[in-house]
Amino acid sequence: MYDFAQVFSFHPRILLTPMSLTREQIASIAALARLELTAAEIPVYQETLSQIVDFIGALERAPTTGVAPMAHPLPGLSQRLRPDLVTEVDRHEEYQANAPQVAAGLYLVPKVIE
Amino acid sequence: MSDLHSGTLTQLAAGLRARKFSSVELVTALLDRVERSQASLNAFISVTRAQALAGAAAADRALAAGGGGALTGVPIAHKDIFCTQGVRTTCGSRMLENFVSPYDATVVAKLKRAGAVTLGKTNMDEFAMGSSSETSYFGPVRNPWDPRLVPGGSSGGSAAAVAARLVAGATATDTGGSIRQPAALCGITGLKPTYGRVSRYGMIAFASSLDQGGVLTASAADAALMLREMAGFDANDSTSVDAEVPDYVAAIEQPLAGLRIGLLKEFFDPGLDPQNEQRVREALKVYEQLGAKLSVVSLPNLPLSVPVYYVVAPAECSSNLARFDGVRFGHRCENPRDLTDLYRRSRGEGFGAEVKRRIMTGTYVLSAGYFDAYYLKAQRVRQLISADFTRAFKDVDVLMGPTTPTPAFAIGAKTEDPITMYLNDIYTIGANLAGLPAVSIPCGFVRELPVGLQIVGPHFSEARILGAAHALQRATDWHTRVPPGYA
Amino acid sequence: MSAWETVIGLEIHAQLSTRSKIFSASATAYGAPPNAQANLVDLGYPGVLPVLNAESVRMAVKLGLAIKARIAPQSVFARKNYFYPDLPKGYQISQYELPIVANGTLDIELEDGSRKTIGITRAHLEEDAGKSLHEGLPGVTGIDLNRAGTPLVEIVSEPDMRSAKEAVAYMKKVHTLVRYLEICDGNMQEGSFRCDANVSVRKTGADKFGTRAEIKNLNSFRYIERAINFEVERQIELIESGGKVVQETRLYDPDKGETRSMRSKEEANDYRYFPDPDLLPVVLEEAFVESVRNSLPELPDPKAARFVSQYALSAYDASVLTVSRELADYYEAVVREVPQEPKLAANWVMGDLAAALNRENLEVSAGKMPATRLAGLLQRINDQTISGKIAKEVFEAMWSDGATADAVIAQKGLRQITDAGAIERVIDEVLAKNPGQLADYRAGKDKLFGFFVGQVMKATGGKANPVQLNELLLRKLK
Repeated sequence: MYDFAQVFSFHPRILLTPMSLTREQIASIAALARLELTAAEIPVYQETLSQIVDFIGALERAPTTGVAPMAHPLPGLSQRLRPDLVTEVDRHEEYQANAPQVAAGLYLVPKVIE
Repeated sequence: MSDLHSGTLTQLAAGLRARKFSSVELVTALLDRVERSQASLNAFISVTRAQALAGAAAADRALAAGGGGALTGVPIAHKDIFCTQGVRTTCGSRMLENFVSPYDATVVAKLKRAGAVTLGKTNMDEFAMGSSSETSYFGPVRNPWDPRLVPGGSSGGSAAAVAARLVAGATATDTGGSIRQPAALCGITGLKPTYGRVSRYGMIAFASSLDQGGVLTASAADAALMLREMAGFDANDSTSVDAEVPDYVAAIEQPLAGLRIGLLKEFFDPGLDPQNEQRVREALKVYEQLGAKLSVVSLPNLPLSVPVYYVVAPAECSSNLARFDGVRFGHRCENPRDLTDLYRRSRGEGFGAEVKRRIMTGTYVLSAGYFDAYYLKAQRVRQLISADFTRAFKDVDVLMGPTTPTPAFAIGAKTEDPITMYLNDIYTIGANLAGLPAVSIPCGFVRELPVGLQIVGPHFSEARILGAAHALQRATDWHTRVPPGYA
Repeated sequence: MSAWETVIGLEIHAQLSTRSKIFSASATAYGAPPNAQANLVDLGYPGVLPVLNAESVRMAVKLGLAIKARIAPQSVFARKNYFYPDLPKGYQISQYELPIVANGTLDIELEDGSRKTIGITRAHLEEDAGKSLHEGLPGVTGIDLNRAGTPLVEIVSEPDMRSAKEAVAYMKKVHTLVRYLEICDGNMQEGSFRCDANVSVRKTGADKFGTRAEIKNLNSFRYIERAINFEVERQIELIESGGKVVQETRLYDPDKGETRSMRSKEEANDYRYFPDPDLLPVVLEEAFVESVRNSLPELPDPKAARFVSQYALSAYDASVLTVSRELADYYEAVVREVPQEPKLAANWVMGDLAAALNRENLEVSAGKMPATRLAGLLQRINDQTISGKIAKEVFEAMWSDGATADAVIAQKGLRQITDAGAIERVIDEVLAKNPGQLADYRAGKDKLFGFFVGQVMKATGGKANPVQLNELLLRKLK
């Protein structure tokens, strides 16, 4: 069984031991998430993310054979179906007031080559 | 100098209806308090003075005509995570620094219909990610009990505003404890309803299967009143539950005798400050005197709730925050070179460090090769934790324990190491994982700082847990204490 | 026998013809001004949530039943996470591990008349993305999100096709089916029906599949055939010259007639699928599925089989006539009026009528030639008022003037001459006018019979009844 003592006795990893995530992994995760990290930031995130990965590694020991994953906290509910009706009206000008760059009703982004 | 601010939400609603004072008077007095407190508390991101006064005037007209709803003229605030039409909604982030929402969240619309007057949008941890309200782009919120300390998070602004009697009540959200923990650290009542009880439409999503909208108020009776007006089925939210909303205000008056209270064994452990434990046990003695039956229950998988949370919540948020890309709204970087640059720099500049940390954690645990070991595994352990609660509720009506391991800590004390910060939610996360309703109420002081008692109930037992909270508040006066300087 | 075998699987995206989008109440109608049909949910605004359109579920179940697939009693929506400007939320709501439909089949007819069964691995519901516009916008791309959120059903076939022709036959059959079911209008120009082809080659007799390339966005039957053929050639040449086929996405260029690598979109996309927490599992009761089953129309294959037995048509004719419900219904409406002439009706519908419709780019349902009116023409052929040949002339006049057969026949005086005496008189005239040919014929030049027939037809303006003409002419020539 587990107790909070184990969780509370967690200490930040001493830097001499190898970290769970490499710099390359951090860079590739950041790329996948479209987050720009400076060169100075990468080692910082490497350290904190490695700590987090170690922390969540505690789950490995939990006995979950035959246990279904819980996607929703209230069991037994099913998706409601909406009748096929159009109730929206054109409010694009109002919505586009928040847009950084718009022309002729289109949202603009740097040219995408396909 | 007006003393109007010292009334509870319930008293103010009644006073307004009885025309003892006007909403304009009340709102003016509170707006004044808000302005004067901003430098020391920073509880608000936006103060909507003109709209509030206009709303108050309209409320007074309605009341004069003998009409109005349950909350007509009552001043509240909304956590800046709820979309408010025509009003800036920032989620505490640079990413939405200038975002004016074109629509009202369902919660906002419902409280408007009930007649409440909004004074502004409260400060919060960025995108609701935090337990101290220190990660806001708009500066940290300070605890009214001691401005060197945090008010808790992520709903720290709402909590500080209520504790300092700047508003009669405030909306907030709770994903891992973000209502209950600030309630405990600020000495007020904070309720997280059952998942699906309150609509999430218009509540900017952090972790969709955990987020719930709730309230921060001075008392359980106040919380019951606000919840009654906020709760209910919403066709715009597929996870909203179609269940009748009881009259919580009436329901909480039910006598307590015979209530079976389970003390969570796993919560009374070495990490709990011994004085916090003392206050909690004293409160439990009061419950015994009131006729409740105490027993100890064990939820053996509960200690794993924090690692489960830090897989599931980041996973869901990494996906929920992908829409912030500088294209249709929100922060966009200057002179993007190409599409990738647009995304990377807009998001890199728009998000703070904790948000980036969680997005990256989430991206990692969902990625190919890690999905089974982390995400799927965490959801299986979540099932175990939920089953533990279900089993416990066969023998007890409610579970009680401390809300937090310690009282409020110093601003800056825990920002070095994310894990230490994460452990603040150790007692609160379980209820989010299982979708259970939970409330934190003040139960005493430790070194002159408030301490919270948490009450957790089965699904849709808000009436019962608020009733239990209300019973303690009838027998004690912790909930009436106001921070020095704010009386 | 070729040294190489082609293996093809198709992924078809059919836009469901619901009124509103799959997760929002915006309209799905084509052609609106940019972003006029994109509401807050479609735009992925902060705080919005999806709510599932009931009709899209019904339509997916209809499809599943029509392809004899398993309808999942519980299916789950999952998020497919990637960044692209036409994808507002940064994820597409789709279905991953638990699709609504699985394990179906569809039979196709090949040119040699044989049939082949193509397996359908799965069909699932998902939302469409918006559109990127590049023209007329220097340095930028414009995003129109009207299409974002339109319901799609993605139909994934097993890699069962072995030639471009089989692929086209399958694609056409799916196209016919979705239109029969009234779940998709099949308009490829408007993008309602899109196809991606997964193509690979292997040595004939090999048991493992070769590496496949995906060819995207093939929006015409012609393109898909050419693109696949080009790709097969490309892959064979590549392998034969010592190279390796790379698993990648390629685009077909119809002007150049070749496929091109689309490497820009292909940077290893890890979609990080997980069940969408904003949506609950879709649970389908038996009673619901049964009610959908009972609402299915007669499907193309059973209808074609019925045409063969009921109207004594060939399998080929039946398959042409049943390519759409409108055409099949039209044909049957004609036959109802002229029940004694099912084959004649088939010939006319597939022949002259189809040609006229194609010429003017019309659908049979446009109503230019109502079934009863065509039946009227066939009736006059049947009762010998006019010959088949004259009927073509009458048809053209009916088509351009919108008149009935009888009106045209009367107005142009095209009634067939069936009076034996009248025909005999003309024959006598013709024979008298052509003594040389008559002598040659009687001397043994049998081929001149046709000449006399032609002359009589000319003299009668084509109206002599051909059967009587033949009989009488034969007698007179003896």
